[in-house]
Amino acid sequence: MIEMQDVWKSYANGVMAVNGITVKIEKGEFVYVVGQSGSGKSTFIKLMYREEVPNRGKIIIDGTDITTMKNKDVPFLRRKLGVVFQDFKLLPKLTVYENIAFALEVIEETPRQIRKKVMEVLDLVKLKHKARFLPSELSGGEQQRVSIARSIVNNPSVVVADEPTGNLDPENAWGIMEVFERINDNGTTVVMATHNKDIVDRMKKRVIAIESGMIARDDKRGDFGYEG
Amino acid sequence: MKARTIGRHLKESIKNLGRNGWMTVASISAVAVALMIVGLFLMVMLNLNKMAGQIENDVEVRAYIDLTATPQQQDELKEQIKQISEVHSIKYISREEGLKELMKDFGKDADVIKPYQGDDNPLNDAFEIKTQKPKQTEAVAKKIEKLKYVSDVSYGKGYVKKLFNVVDVARNVGIILILGLLFTSIFLIANTIKLTIVARSTEIEIMKLVGATNAFVRWPYFLEGLFLGVIGACIPVALLLIIYRQLYTYFIQNNFQSYAFIKLIPFDTMALYLAGLLIIIGAVIGVWGSLTSVRRFLKV
Ligand SMILES: Nc1ncnc2c1ncn2[C@@H]1O[C@H](COP(=O)(O)OP(=O)(O)OP(=O)(O)O)[C@@H](O)[C@H]1O
Ligand SMILES: [Mg+2]
Repeated sequence: MIEMQDVWKSYANGVMAVNGITVKIEKGEFVYVVGQSGSGKSTFIKLMYREEVPNRGKIIIDGTDITTMKNKDVPFLRRKLGVVFQDFKLLPKLTVYENIAFALEVIEETPRQIRKKVMEVLDLVKLKHKARFLPSELSGGEQQRVSIARSIVNNPSVVVADEPTGNLDPENAWGIMEVFERINDNGTTVVMATHNKDIVDRMKKRVIAIESGMIARDDKRGDFGYEG
Repeated sequence: MKARTIGRHLKESIKNLGRNGWMTVASISAVAVALMIVGLFLMVMLNLNKMAGQIENDVEVRAYIDLTATPQQQDELKEQIKQISEVHSIKYISREEGLKELMKDFGKDADVIKPYQGDDNPLNDAFEIKTQKPKQTEAVAKKIEKLKYVSDVSYGKGYVKKLFNVVDVARNVGIILILGLLFTSIFLIANTIKLTIVARSTEIEIMKLVGATNAFVRWPYFLEGLFLGVIGACIPVALLLIIYRQLYTYFIQNNFQSYAFIKLIPFDTMALYLAGLLIIIGAVIGVWGSLTSVRRFLKV
């Protein structure tokens, strides 16, 4: 599903963020990415959806080498891959429904498909009753559920999330984790960078720990491993 | 592209133009002012070029005969002119014939000249003289000028020179002025569109994240630039054509007694040139301005 082979990434300012990572994530896996602040988690995630391009190495998503991919093909990678952020990135003037539909409109999905798919994901994140609300009328947890709904509305095979619970209180965070579990149960691969020790320790999923841009630990049923 | 998508892009671009009210007005005005000057310049240049071209072909000398000269005196003059060695042929053109010629030059606008037929004819009788070689026109004209019963002599060359000088200076000054103005308007359009893009950077970010193509993101801004440029061009086209219409009518009504070469380009032809050129230039400026500012935001 996702494969990295000796991937290196340094930024223009000379910071070495990822230093020789080789990793393989199978279809349907649920993977936590943990590590100290500045260890390179976000960079690792960004490499997967080609927000960043590595200096060296190969990254293969769903059989396609995305490091040699042409810029014009990137949109089609993004359509197979949902992305969720800490800060939700919802459009404030659009309702919940419109925010999710937006993701399909801009890839020119038909109106009928849009209606069908949006209702399905609203059901999945349990927000059908708030479809007409504006983001400002929702709690942080609800806003993040909208953002997740948007990321999966096009049935991606992978969802990558960078600290999706970072802005949420524990109760809301658990609500979000339930949603990700459900998505994962449907067969979607989930890769999530997080600082939430509580969640990682309780879920007993695969944990990849990153230190100084290298994989320090990769456990099948791991835990957080240090005091975050 | 699907009709639904085109509709969406159109709606988005019009919404953006409305949202940036004042910047929209400013960029349209900038384009309008720039193209107004480009258009004026074009109008003058096209006409000057046409006249210069006409005169260049016109290698004959025309000697206008004093109104007081009797038929015998006219014959005398004709003989004298024939004596000049460089003269190839000479042809008498009565004032009536002169007027008819003029009417032919005016084509469908000839009606304005009709009232001047008969006793009201303000023209002089004239001789049309062809020289052996085009080069000799000036010398021949000078010689004829000194003869008795000649009220005036006209020939092409002198005008051609002056006209070409004017055309050259106008062209150089004009080109610099126009380039400056065009870049100013490109800059203003680019800025207006940048404003709409900055205001919507989250939206663009999300579009790119969920897999919208660059072309899809770019379309509304492309249209926005196109609208700014084309609307900006329509204003000077309208104004300039109103001015040209007046000028053209004025020329026909007042200058019909002039030499045949002061003929303006007909209104219809000018309308076609001006509208075509200015709208194309406007569109190019607009699209150029918009694409410059979008490019930066589309880095994957
Ligand atoms: N766009 C960038 N330009 C330059 N340096 C960057 C950029 N993004 C990240 N870095 C640097 O790369 C290193 C890794 O950053 P990264 O964001 O991947 O860490 P992280 O593990 O996600 O940290 P956090 O837990 O705080 O989010 C850091 O030293 C950071 O300063
Ligand atoms: Mg990070």
